Formats: sequence, C-alpha cells, structure tokens
Amino acid sequence: MKHNLILRVIAKYLFPVIALFAFYVQFHGDYGPGGGFQAGVILSVAFILYTLVFGLDTAEQVLPHHVLRILASTGVLIYAGTGVATMLMGGNFLDYDLLAPNPVEGQHIGIMLIEIGIGIAVSAVMLIIFFAFAGRERS
Amino acid sequence: MVTVLIDTLIDITLLAFLAITAIAIIRMHNLFVIIMLFGIFSLHSAGLFVVMDAADVAFTEAAVGAGISTVLMLGTLALTKNHEEKNPSHRARLPLLVVLITGGALIYGTYDIPSFGDPMSPAQQHVKPRYIERSMEETGVANTVTAVLASYRGYDTLGEVIVIFTAGIGVMLLIGERLMRSKKKREDDG
Repeated sequence: MKHNLILRVIAKYLFPVIALFAFYVQFHGDYGPGGGFQAGVILSVAFILYTLVFGLDTAEQVLPHHVLRILASTGVLIYAGTGVATMLMGGNFLDYDLLAPNPVEGQHIGIMLIEIGIGIAVSAVMLIIFFAFAGRERS
Repeated sequence: MVTVLIDTLIDITLLAFLAITAIAIIRMHNLFVIIMLFGIFSLHSAGLFVVMDAADVAFTEAAVGAGISTVLMLGTLALTKNHEEKNPSHRARLPLLVVLITGGALIYGTYDIPSFGDPMSPAQQHVKPRYIERSMEETGVANTVTAVLASYRGYDTLGEVIVIFTAGIGVMLLIGERLMRSKKKREDDG
C-alpha cells in the first residue's frame, strides 16, 4: 500500500487519535469503563494500522522486536513487582494498602500501577503475535 | 413501560442478528467471509452486553473480539488457503443427535437458573453486596468493575496477564522465526 496517498495521510492522522484514546481508556479506567486490557489492545491497534499502511519493515524500525520483548516482560514485572513490593513492606502479596500512609491512597496507587503493567504487557504481546503472523510468507 | 418495550425490541433484534450471523457462518465456505462474519458476531455480542449494562465486558468484546481477533485471523488466512476443504460426503447423523440432546438438556437447565438481574439469586448474595456497598470507601475507585478486577481479585488478574504473556511467548517460539532472522540479518550486515 506504499503508493496509496489517501490511506497514508489518513493513517498518519488516525494514529495519534487512536493512541490518545488508548491512554484515555488506560487512565480513566478508575471512573468509567475500560482499563489496562482494553487500553493495551487499542494501543496495539494503532501500531497495527501503521504496519498495514506503511509496511512491516518500517514498523519494525519504529518498534524493534527486542524492544517489544522487553516491554512485554516489563509489564508482567511491574504487576508482580507491585505485589513483591507490598510483601517487602510487611503486608500480603498485592496488598496495596501499604503503598501509601493512607490505605485508600495506597489502593489508588496500587491499582494505577498494575493497570499500567497490564497495559504495557497486553499491547506488547498483541504486537508480538501480530508481527509473528504478518512476518511469515505463504508456504 | 415504553423503555421496557424498547429494551425488549433491542434484545430481540440483536439476538436475531446474532442467530442470522451464526447460521451464515455455518453455511459459508469462503474463509475470508467467515472471518468478517465472526467480527460482526462479536460486535453484536458487544451490543448485547451494553444492553445488559456490562459496559466493561462490551468494551473488551468490541476491542478484542471484533478488533484484534479479526486482524489475527486475517493474518492467519494470508498464510493458508482462502477456501474450506470439500465437505465430507457422509451425513453426520450421530453428531446431530448428540448436539440435539445436549442442547435440549441445556435449555431444560435454563428453567432452573434465576431470572436476569434477580437480586435474590445466589450470585448476587455472596460477596457482591460488599463490593457494591464498600468498594468506593475501601479502594477510592468509582468503577466497581476496576476495583474488583485490580484490587479484590488482583491474583486472578495477575494470572490473566501471565496467560497473555505465555501466549505471546508461545507464538514467538512456534512461528516467530522472522524475529530471529531479521536480527541475524542485521548482525550479518553490521
């Protein structure tokens, strides 16, 4: 699709809109529908649109595979690490109450942290799977 | 009264579309069309979830079911043939019998489950009152679904994230040879 000017222009304008919506869903999940899972999927959709229009090789320059692999593991580590951190602070695994002096504030920080972990992990894994399928030639 | 009527009408319309899409999927042989119909099926389910006031589930169904799954299935289709293999010539009488009996038993079972949204049903009586009454003061999060997902049921959600992570590793190991190849190519060039 390298020569399709209209698609290229529209995709360029749509990319930031989709990404911004993903961040809205991520950080507004405390108040409305949404959260890390949905935000991660929407953010990966922005990159998938980019890949479909500009080609796999360009997309791989933007997001190399080793970066995606590190991001996927980082997401899971942020989640599990929050649990370990609360254990080190003397509580149970994933007991967010201890993350701040005030339990409710601690819950808020904990939920925010693990939602960010989910978002990073989900978007990276979705892109890994998509790139793996898109990168194979017809056998 | 009017809103109930409208709700019922929307329910019937969405379920009818769902059934029509399902029948169309069974009767089609072009895999590209089937994948598109799967996406439409997911979108109708998302609509049904919205009618049932499950906005979070609807959101996930629309993003994952209608969005990503369709893209991934199209990616798979690009690697295989566009058409289904020819149908087997024999008639599948025994499977039909099994399906009919199982379906009948399931429909018979639905007479025993509580009606939709019944406040006295066991599912609503267990921990749900506590979530609804106290999640706001205990977690400070207005969306009860997020509070349950991230705080009360944090272990389950961690498990879900690890399942997704494992799926990514599995795909990478099974068909991600290009990932290794592009890296090797770069090393050869440099």
